[in-house]
Amino acid sequence: MTRLNSKIPEGPLHQKWTNYKANQKLVSPANKRKLEIIVVGTGLAGASAAASFGEMGFNVKVFCIQDSPRRAHSIAAQGGINAAKNYPNDGDSIWRLFYDTIKGGDYRAREANVYRLAEVSNNIIDQCVAQGVPFARDYAGYLDNRSFGGAQVSRTFYARGQTGQQLLLGAYGALSKEIKRGTVQMFNRHEMLDLVLVDGRARGIIARNLVTGTIERFAAHAVVLATGGYGNVYFLSTNAMNSNASAAWKAYKRGAFFGNPAFVQIHPTCIPVHGDYQSKLTLMSESLRNDGRIWVPKKKEDAEAIRAGKLKANDIPEEDRDYYLERRYPAFGNLVPRDVASRAAKERCDAGYGVGPTGLAVYLDFADSIKRLGKEVIEGRYGNLFQMYEKIVDENPYENPMMIYPAVHYTMGGLWVDYELQSTIPGLFVAGEANFSDHGANRLGASALMQGLADGYFVLPYTIQNYLADQITVPKFRTDLPEFEAAEKEARDRLQRLISIQGKYSVDTYHKRLGKIMWDYVGMARDEAGLKFAIDEIRKLRKEFWENVYVPGKMEGVNDELMKAERLADYMELAELIARDALHRNESCGGHFRVEYQTEDGEALRNDDDYKYVAAWEWKGSDAEPVLHREPLNYEFVEIKTRNYKS
Amino acid sequence: MNFTLKIWRQENAKAKGRFKTYKVENISPDCSFLEMLDILNQQLIEDKIELPVDPIAFDHDCREGICGMCSLYINGRPHGPEQGTTVCQLHMRKFKDGDTITIEPWRAKAFPVIKDLMVDRSAFDKIIQEGGYISVSTGGVPDANAIPIPKEDADLAMDAAACIGCGACVAACKNASAMLFVAAKVSQFALLPQGKVEAEKRALAMVAKMDELGFGSCTNTYACEAECPKNISVENIARLNREYLKAKVKKADRKREGGGFG
Repeated sequence: MTRLNSKIPEGPLHQKWTNYKANQKLVSPANKRKLEIIVVGTGLAGASAAASFGEMGFNVKVFCIQDSPRRAHSIAAQGGINAAKNYPNDGDSIWRLFYDTIKGGDYRAREANVYRLAEVSNNIIDQCVAQGVPFARDYAGYLDNRSFGGAQVSRTFYARGQTGQQLLLGAYGALSKEIKRGTVQMFNRHEMLDLVLVDGRARGIIARNLVTGTIERFAAHAVVLATGGYGNVYFLSTNAMNSNASAAWKAYKRGAFFGNPAFVQIHPTCIPVHGDYQSKLTLMSESLRNDGRIWVPKKKEDAEAIRAGKLKANDIPEEDRDYYLERRYPAFGNLVPRDVASRAAKERCDAGYGVGPTGLAVYLDFADSIKRLGKEVIEGRYGNLFQMYEKIVDENPYENPMMIYPAVHYTMGGLWVDYELQSTIPGLFVAGEANFSDHGANRLGASALMQGLADGYFVLPYTIQNYLADQITVPKFRTDLPEFEAAEKEARDRLQRLISIQGKYSVDTYHKRLGKIMWDYVGMARDEAGLKFAIDEIRKLRKEFWENVYVPGKMEGVNDELMKAERLADYMELAELIARDALHRNESCGGHFRVEYQTEDGEALRNDDDYKYVAAWEWKGSDAEPVLHREPLNYEFVEIKTRNYKS
Repeated sequence: MNFTLKIWRQENAKAKGRFKTYKVENISPDCSFLEMLDILNQQLIEDKIELPVDPIAFDHDCREGICGMCSLYINGRPHGPEQGTTVCQLHMRKFKDGDTITIEPWRAKAFPVIKDLMVDRSAFDKIIQEGGYISVSTGGVPDANAIPIPKEDADLAMDAAACIGCGACVAACKNASAMLFVAAKVSQFALLPQGKVEAEKRALAMVAKMDELGFGSCTNTYACEAECPKNISVENIARLNREYLKAKVKKADRKREGGGFG
């Protein structure tokens, strides 16, 4: 317990961040030039942080695994970014964005962090417009907004269905500007293999050059991880193929605590699974729920006939359709938060009302909106999404309702950080999806982009100075220190061991098996017996993986299979931690649903008396049980309630 | 569905490449093109069809058509036969059962092959670093609604900004010109009031870098537009040419008047 200090500043909620900034230590321009920062990852959080550090005068080294920093998976975010601008004059405010986020997260996030997030949200929009991000506008030339789940206001700014792309290209532009100025040095096609600690502080990384295969050492005064989430543990997710958890996991094994790993977001509107060759799942933006209505047939025999291909969606008359979200949650309707919408879809499908060939799908229907607004308006709003759907499913969503089903999308859990976004390792900061901080047990739509950019543009540039102010007399680190030597050797040995197994099955074969265990037992509905079973199965699978995986190729040169094996080795361990966290948390909250803990009408049943805390896990070895540390969550400013989206 | 694949294999940048033929069988028409390559790689790895086992290297990441990482030249066309589609969003139902499919990397002097179907596109990053941004620092900017922007301009800027930087335009062009890529970025900012301040400097610097990096010149064949997965219009090239000309003239004027530029 003593090791977890969240460092929440004193004062009333709306003055905490102001007070922090007024009292924090700063680094003078002359000293900034002497200090080096490593940033791993170039998504919204990493690119914005690196660019901002460069502007401030620090020496920055940035790493990404893709061929260009512009390709980080933030690019795929579709729907939008929240901010409390209240441009539509519909009652929004910083308080309301804060409150919706805390409530949406089912009261499992820190008040002070979330309030700061809401506070800086408006600066993000200003910054992005100044960078030339082409947000949607109205005919008067002002910025347009739409609604997302868990909110009754329109506070979401968007650039068609490509908001993540445009925000990331803005941050990539800022990064490029600093690369040109020489403050930032870019290392593309580099993958972090380990974190290096010197005297207990984060002082560098070991990375593999993915083109030459060379294992390289990099030193700095501080390290920022902005390496995204761990959704790919489930094999099938909406993450990119190369998104992985290895950087975060290596930091965990070096002493950074892992916060709330069980909090995984399963997004309600994804294109359903259709074959075992499938490599990933594709999200259909939550923004579609602005105009789409979700339904399944009211009668089981209709659902059966649809599944058998004897009936089509359009054959079902209006009175025989069950718009179950509107029925169960009249106040929020189709715009309930993601966890609620996902569970409701699963409930209907499990009860036998699902559609599509597998029965694991529900309809998202635009017929009413097309009638009300015309096809052109709908096309203007969601054209690219409709096109993407048609390419994948080969069906025209203007004429037939879309079929959708929940899929793993985002991880609220991540490395534990304090108010300064610093982990339990001094000098290791964690930003964006990689940290656990702001979304509690469920993230609201359009809040990931907000958090990534808040962390990178407006939080880290302040808080990292508070740390580095004490480091100005520390000379630049050399990478020939024994700590670097040892970390490099460990990384090299691990890769060599993977190659030397020369077993029978591919990395993908094991990854699919792990994914199935995770989806079946650590997915949308979890229970004690299933979680215990999963832990056993994961351990067995991990053992088998290390005995019988086949990694072709050499240490030198391009070797994708080797990197996939390295990532899967980490997933095998992380999967177990997710299951353990889920097993220990004897309550349902947000995305974590334990079937033993639900209300009579199937809603999540929280246990605030026993579980109103952040679970921060400490590594104790591959075969030892991790140690749980609790950070109690104190709600001083909001009243904790049972979430209500009904009235 | 069954296919015969003729795939370009090249050990590294220096090695000589060649085509090798592979067969894949029982492929679902709903399978994406990259998933079909996954299946082939799985066979190469687990069935050990040929030794030493060497799965095909290709770039890919989001598989949603937005990251711009995938870059295959299929039957002589960047991203394959379907218009307005990246290869990750191309599905096997677009081919005929029994087809022979030729798969190559992007071919351009400025995009050297790394291995098999992977190429090095860092030249694009270098062009952007010359000015493909607005030089604003974090903080101290006006309210987002302080400057209204006509919807038409914002929409056109968005059309240009939709570029995913995949390089299909270069691969499609017989001169391996990067004009469409550069034009899209220059246009996005030239259309917005925030971007106008640096418009001239940007156009000159980005074009100069493009030439320096070995991309060819534009001869207006419009192959780039035809193959662009995001349907970026060649009208952007016309806009770039105007911006470039304007900048050149102004630069010459300033020189005559004795002032510097930029």
